[in-house]
Amino acid sequence: MKKIEAVIKPHKLDEVKEALQALGVSGMTVYEVKGFGRQKGHTEVYRGNEYTVDFVPKTKIEIVVDDDLAPKVEQAIVDAARTDRIGDGKVFTFDCEGAVRIRTGERGSEAL
Amino acid sequence: MPAVDTGSTAWMLVSTALVLFMTPGLALFYAGMVRRKNVLSSTMHSLFAMGLVSVIWAVIGYTLAFGGDHGGVIGGLSHLGLDGVVGAVTGTGSSAIPTSVFAMYQGMFAIITVGLISGAVAERMKFRAFVAFAALWSLLVYSPLAHWVWGGGWLQKLGALDFAGGTVVHIASAAAALAAALMLGKRKGYGTEELRPHNVPMSVLGAGILWFGWFGFNAGSALGSGQLAGSACLATNLSAAAGMLAWSATEVLTGRKPTVLGAASGAVAGLVGITPAAGFVGPMPALAIGAITGCLCYFGLRLKSRFGFDDALDVVGVHGVGGATGAILTGVFASVAVNSAGANGLLYGGGLALLGKQLVGVGATIAFSLIVSAIILKCIDLTIGLRVDVESEATGLDVAEHAETGYEF
Repeated sequence: MKKIEAVIKPHKLDEVKEALQALGVSGMTVYEVKGFGRQKGHTEVYRGNEYTVDFVPKTKIEIVVDDDLAPKVEQAIVDAARTDRIGDGKVFTFDCEGAVRIRTGERGSEAL
Repeated sequence: MPAVDTGSTAWMLVSTALVLFMTPGLALFYAGMVRRKNVLSSTMHSLFAMGLVSVIWAVIGYTLAFGGDHGGVIGGLSHLGLDGVVGAVTGTGSSAIPTSVFAMYQGMFAIITVGLISGAVAERMKFRAFVAFAALWSLLVYSPLAHWVWGGGWLQKLGALDFAGGTVVHIASAAAALAAALMLGKRKGYGTEELRPHNVPMSVLGAGILWFGWFGFNAGSALGSGQLAGSACLATNLSAAAGMLAWSATEVLTGRKPTVLGAASGAVAGLVGITPAAGFVGPMPALAIGAITGCLCYFGLRLKSRFGFDDALDVVGVHGVGGATGAILTGVFASVAVNSAGANGLLYGGGLALLGKQLVGVGATIAFSLIVSAIILKCIDLTIGLRVDVESEATGLDVAEHAETGYEF
């Protein structure tokens, strides 16, 4: 099994979700995060004081899939999340050693 | 019991409630501007003042301000514990109101003045120290000043005009704030970390409540219902509006975007500026006062970085600069056509006479409040200590001083 983590622009979440569902991915976990890579932050002004805001709001998606589905999932995310502008994000793939469905106790691929 | 005018009494009862409401409004205005971990601590300063100062005012504060006169400096103890207040009448004719209402109304001013000071000490003052300071300050600074300006004291006899508290409330609190900011020292991270507002919508709500309540603050200072309350109400709204427009315009003209916090602050600045002038000036002068104050206060924010003190929520920049500007402009725009009990300012044939008296009032208030505040703060620092320890300041005062968290998300 592989765990895929993707940091994407928040407004791209719906497109990515639909692309993954079309591939048969049955579930995902989503976080609101903030971060930066090459995308610069911006300046905010409160009561005349300037504040540099380095971190940009992003959305992080986590999914676990079978090994054979992983490359297709990775590509689907890349295609759906791309805007061709700085700050589109990154996709990371890790090995996943185990998975259990809590309700039934199913393990491995059965749990996905 | 002698008769009271029911119209004026009704208005003054409403005004009392309006001014009280300004204190939770101030709480929201300030709280939105501090960091999340200190939202409750900031709120508590204003909230607790409602309890603490209400009691102190009733027991001794009122009588020191309005209970007779000793040498033009302080009142007496004739109304200790509000003795003789219930059943008595203040004012005459159509402005005759129960003294109980008058006393309560004035007490609301004492409460919010204390709340205003808290802006300068945000995010690093011990709560116990704040309570001690609030109690002593309301007795040793507020009551005497209220006496000087409204209770038959020397500034009133001199003829200095302050309709609703430009000196007693705004300049006094700003001078105290300056003393406190200097003695407390800067917040950790000032100048290096981002100490930014955590909830601007909350501050806007607070500013809206302040504007609403300010009708009671200014128009209620007519101490009756009638033409004077009407003109004060009008002047108040116009100054708030002009203040907002001026601040936003200044932001844009200095190359920045117009901010929401700026628009709200501009309105507050305009309201501060009109406070001493509300019952003495006409509508167009009110617009001018609001615009000038809004613009000057925008630049007044720079005082703290220029002189190196951490006035966290700009009490000096807004209430100090605004109060002084308004008090001085009262000496320019006051007209007896608006209020026969006032005087004519520079532009209404009064020459420099009134202006001179206004300057005396401003100067005396700054000096008295600054010095006595500093003494009170020093005494508290030597006994209880003013500032929380480094660990508590880092954790946040909500948890450290109140064992509470503002938000659960």
